[in-house]
Amino acid sequence: MPRILHPRDAIVRVTRSCICGSDIHLYNGLIPDTRVGSTFGHEFTGVVEEVGPEVENLKLGDAVIVPFNIACGQCQFCKQGLYGNCHESNAQATAVGGIFGYSHTAGGYDGGQAEYVRVPYADFGPMLIPEEMDLDDAVLLTDVVPTGYQAAEMAGIQLGDTVLIFGAGPIGIMAARCAWLFGAGRVIVIDWIHYRLEFVRSYGPAEAYDYRQIDDMAVFIKKITDGLGADVCIDAVGADASGNALHTLFGKMIPIEAGSAIALHWAINSVKKGGIVSIVGVYGPTGNMIPIGNVVNKGLTIRANQAAVKRLLPRLIEHVQAGQIDPKALITHRVPLDDIADAYHIFAAKLDNCIKPVLLPNRR
Amino acid sequence: MSSSKLKTGHQIDASAVLGWGVDSDSENDPTYPLRDSPADPSKRLDWVRPTRQVPNVEILRSIEYNQLPAVVGTSVPPSGLSGVIRRSAFRRSESDWVHWLMLLGADRVNMVEGVVQDLGQGRIPNILAERGIRSAWQHERQKVVTKAVVVAGLSVLAIALLSRRAKSRRRT
Ligand SMILES: NC(=O)c1ccc[n+]([C@@H]2O[C@H](COP(=O)([O-])OP(=O)(O)OC[C@H]3O[C@@H](n4cnc5c(N)ncnc54)[C@H](O)[C@@H]3O)[C@@H](O)[C@H]2O)c1
Ligand SMILES: [Zn+2]
Ligand SMILES: [Zn+2]
Repeated sequence: MPRILHPRDAIVRVTRSCICGSDIHLYNGLIPDTRVGSTFGHEFTGVVEEVGPEVENLKLGDAVIVPFNIACGQCQFCKQGLYGNCHESNAQATAVGGIFGYSHTAGGYDGGQAEYVRVPYADFGPMLIPEEMDLDDAVLLTDVVPTGYQAAEMAGIQLGDTVLIFGAGPIGIMAARCAWLFGAGRVIVIDWIHYRLEFVRSYGPAEAYDYRQIDDMAVFIKKITDGLGADVCIDAVGADASGNALHTLFGKMIPIEAGSAIALHWAINSVKKGGIVSIVGVYGPTGNMIPIGNVVNKGLTIRANQAAVKRLLPRLIEHVQAGQIDPKALITHRVPLDDIADAYHIFAAKLDNCIKPVLLPNRR
Repeated sequence: MSSSKLKTGHQIDASAVLGWGVDSDSENDPTYPLRDSPADPSKRLDWVRPTRQVPNVEILRSIEYNQLPAVVGTSVPPSGLSGVIRRSAFRRSESDWVHWLMLLGADRVNMVEGVVQDLGQGRIPNILAERGIRSAWQHERQKVVTKAVVVAGLSVLAIALLSRRAKSRRRT
């Protein structure tokens, strides 16, 4: 049972938690300083069980959405809305702010794939779950929906733009949905897992292609656009990308690179000159082989970050309530916490048509 | 935007898609995070710090900070050989490749320490179950069987080779 360690802490009893593509990078050992005995899980909703003396806006029994970022709300970066980059929540690294259950490189906090969690800065991060909202929708507002939305937002989509998204996992699927909200003219998604391509075709909606049937990504994209490439590209794959033997060898088998960066490589080479590449796929902190010379020569803009969940929640709750976004449609598996090992395997190996697994508290 | 740009060579009619354009904003450039940059650069370091948490365990701190952040995670303090490696990794900055390579190395050492600790407490870790063998058996049985056959085959081969070598060594 976690304890209050800071006056702005709360203890939350978890009601739903998820396994995320980011957890797969941890699971596969790609994120440094992942210590044995730490609890994973950064996507969870819960009920407030205990609050520290400085937490005045929450009371016991409140049902809350807990953003995956741990953010103080008052440092320079939080004031700028960069809640993924709080300067007061991660002792081990300055680059990223604290994240629940995401190694000591993200602060060393225990996460939500558990029964109870210590939630720091509880007076700032958590948001009350609107009364009529389904818990399954709420838990996807802790990460998947804001991350997909921010991917589209950072891409600076202008009306009519062709948006090319790598990855048809929960994040890529949500980015496809949100690209339309920003006024995309065309949305194209690349993956290789057919049930996911099928899903995003109707959920996005989107044109969806299997990269294994494509000889050369850049040539293909130029062929299906006007010859100049996509206006913007989104990397929603990250460090566990497949599709290139060299990156698999150097990024995953003998990790000289910080994960395989082939999706990012394709994004850079498939976007038009002067275009924008928006990265939400997660990579380790060392370095990756990407065609940086082309970024220069093509005059690209790269925007990237961990999603600043809290910043986007009010708008996204509206979207969910208005039916513009249907988060829980992504949930394919509902698994008791005790069976977490199997849930990890199913999600990581993409078995049983899995898109998003949700962990339920153990039956008591 | 020309309406032709919305229609060329693709099947989805954008304007018919649910929610199309509701968040479109021609002013959204530069977009987040640049849009919200502080107007006054002299205010950069000027924030009221949250109450400082007094950590009850050892916290390794990035040397790129000039002070410990107000709130810290205390889940697993460094310990054992992996802890020794982690402590020395933290003498280098986040910008130093060696910092991360040492931490990745420490993670591997820590795995072994974890198994040893389990065994020491009389617990035999069920690594197959921890890696989700049950769901693998349910959804990709063929792969599990193939893997098992390959592993079994290789072990038989290895044992055969080793025993032959041992025999020939005894003969000489
Ligand atoms: N920035 C953030 O705030 C944030 C938040 C959540 C997740 N993420 C990251 O987003 C990424 C995706 O997360 P997810 O939950 O959707 O994971 P996921 O593993 O379910 O999805 C990744 C998808 O990419 C596909 N893929 C693999 N290689 C590819 C390639 N070369 N080209 C195209 N597709 C490829 C996989 O088949 C899979 O369907 C991960 O890196 C995750 O860490 C970032
Ligand atoms: Zn996540
Ligand atoms: Zn902050």
